Amino acid sequence: MSQSVQQMIAESRKKKGKKFIEKMVPILLFAAAAISVLTTFGIVFTLIFETVEFFTRVSITDYLFGTQWLPFSGKEPLYGVLPLIMGTFKVTFIAIIVAVPFGLGAAIYLSEYASEKVRRTVKPILEVLAGVPTIVYGFFALTFVTPILQTIIPDLKIFNALSPGIVVGVMILPMIASMSEDAMSSVPNSIREGALGLGATKFEVAVKIVLPAALSGIIASVVLATSRAIGETMIVSLAGGSTPLFNFGFTDSIQTMTAYIVQVTTGDAGYGTTIYYSIYAVGFTLFIFTLVMNLLAQYISKRFREEY
Amino acid sequence: MKYLQQETVTKRMHSRLKMNGLWKTLFILATSFALLALAVLLFRILSQGAGYLNFDFITNFASRIPEKAGIKAALIGSLWLMAIVAPVSIILGVSTAIYLEEYAKKNKLNDFIRMNISNLAGVPSIVFGLLGLTIFVRLMDLGKSILAAGFTMSLLILPVIIVAAQEAIRAVPNEQREASYGMGATKWQTIVRVVLPAAIPGILTGSILALSRAIGETAPLVVIGIPVILQFLPTGIMDSFTALPMQIFDWAKRPQEEFQYVAAAGIIVLMTVLIFMNSIAIFIRNKFQKRY
Repeated sequence: MSQSVQQMIAESRKKKGKKFIEKMVPILLFAAAAISVLTTFGIVFTLIFETVEFFTRVSITDYLFGTQWLPFSGKEPLYGVLPLIMGTFKVTFIAIIVAVPFGLGAAIYLSEYASEKVRRTVKPILEVLAGVPTIVYGFFALTFVTPILQTIIPDLKIFNALSPGIVVGVMILPMIASMSEDAMSSVPNSIREGALGLGATKFEVAVKIVLPAALSGIIASVVLATSRAIGETMIVSLAGGSTPLFNFGFTDSIQTMTAYIVQVTTGDAGYGTTIYYSIYAVGFTLFIFTLVMNLLAQYISKRFREEY
Repeated sequence: MKYLQQETVTKRMHSRLKMNGLWKTLFILATSFALLALAVLLFRILSQGAGYLNFDFITNFASRIPEKAGIKAALIGSLWLMAIVAPVSIILGVSTAIYLEEYAKKNKLNDFIRMNISNLAGVPSIVFGLLGLTIFVRLMDLGKSILAAGFTMSLLILPVIIVAAQEAIRAVPNEQREASYGMGATKWQTIVRVVLPAAIPGILTGSILALSRAIGETAPLVVIGIPVILQFLPTGIMDSFTALPMQIFDWAKRPQEEFQYVAAAGIIVLMTVLIFMNSIAIFIRNKFQKRY
């Protein structure tokens, strides 16, 4: 080689293309990153524009405080969103009642009692449970859980709040279990050993030491799971029914916010009708609920985190 | 003088240990409940759908007669959808991750991008459907095409891919980057020749898992309003199409009991595709992932 290193460097500096690439790349990558921001703006503006159009036809107070949701009754349609919110609330409530004890129990077992081998087999299975498409859960709720519940509760309608609620609970269970397990596993072992050395049993360590230390992570996981349950669509569309009612019964047919959007988009409500715009108002309401939940979860896990 | 009353200690210890044993059983039961739910779900769907699952089911188009109903159009449609979602979401996701991990300085704008991504991950999929319906189907006038649905699905799984790619890139130790700079490589050369090759197994694993979520996702497709009964296969990305979960949703809604079995058979096909994709992801993770 007759070239010295200095010459190589000087030659490489001369190449203009390389410099150009080095300058262009960050710009292109930033453009890609901007897409995700644009998506958020797209969602927010879409929802706001169409919702504003909806409120030129239906008064905002009727929407927010009305207790009757009858968009399909020809002469005088009623757009009071409370029955839909009630439907969503019922399903979410049952789901949380199912998912929190079982999910937390599984998390405590996996983090405090289970051997490494058990944990390594059970965690992937929980991941599989979390990966099952919601349409499959919906089918399961409609054709398996509802008939079984009907033999126990004879009053139960084919479409009800109970069955989709339980199945949504099973769907969000892995989320609570694995996020809480992560939170509990990150509690340092020295604290556990300190308590065990003072004569505490494993249960006392779990409940009095680990649980309080991991509480922020656990609550954040429950809030996130609640947000997921609120936004869940296919299970409630298949097994929940399409009768929005403002009451507290769990055995009758219901309709959630998400199921209403599905009902309208699978039906033949034309573009530009009030019904068409109503799905955006309902979607916006849903978006606000989940956004508040997500921000709350972020706040809790940041604000109350115990650092070790 | 006795410091310990042995009897009291034994007595109290006994009840505390009993409590411990009791709760341990309860915790095990809670864990088994989750495992049992999965077992029942799989068994139930296999036993319902197995009878309708045969070669004709894969090669037939949808039909009003349960015995003749097939899943061909939906299966091919889902593959077409993936042909859009995979390149779009992976290119955008990995680029964003590279930007955030390698280029982004710590400032308000980049903090906002990060916060935005984690919030986007929590938006319900049906809301993405509304976005797709308004922007892609109507505003950009793509119709109920593969392209419109593909863009919508890509945006839906984008946050998942970004986070997975970020983790993979972060796991590449800084020494490797510094060694590369030390040899005179530029930043972009380092990223392309050192960081990305090391991060690819992690990126692929995360991407495949995200794509398998997109295959099973129904709500956005319902909102966009893609058709269910199609008697032809799409020939290009602007054609209308149907997808596996959409077809299953339609069958599950039908009142005739036979269609329940057809739906279950469809679910078996969908789950087989998912298990196949997940095994590839696990294989890549175990085979190629390095720990530094």
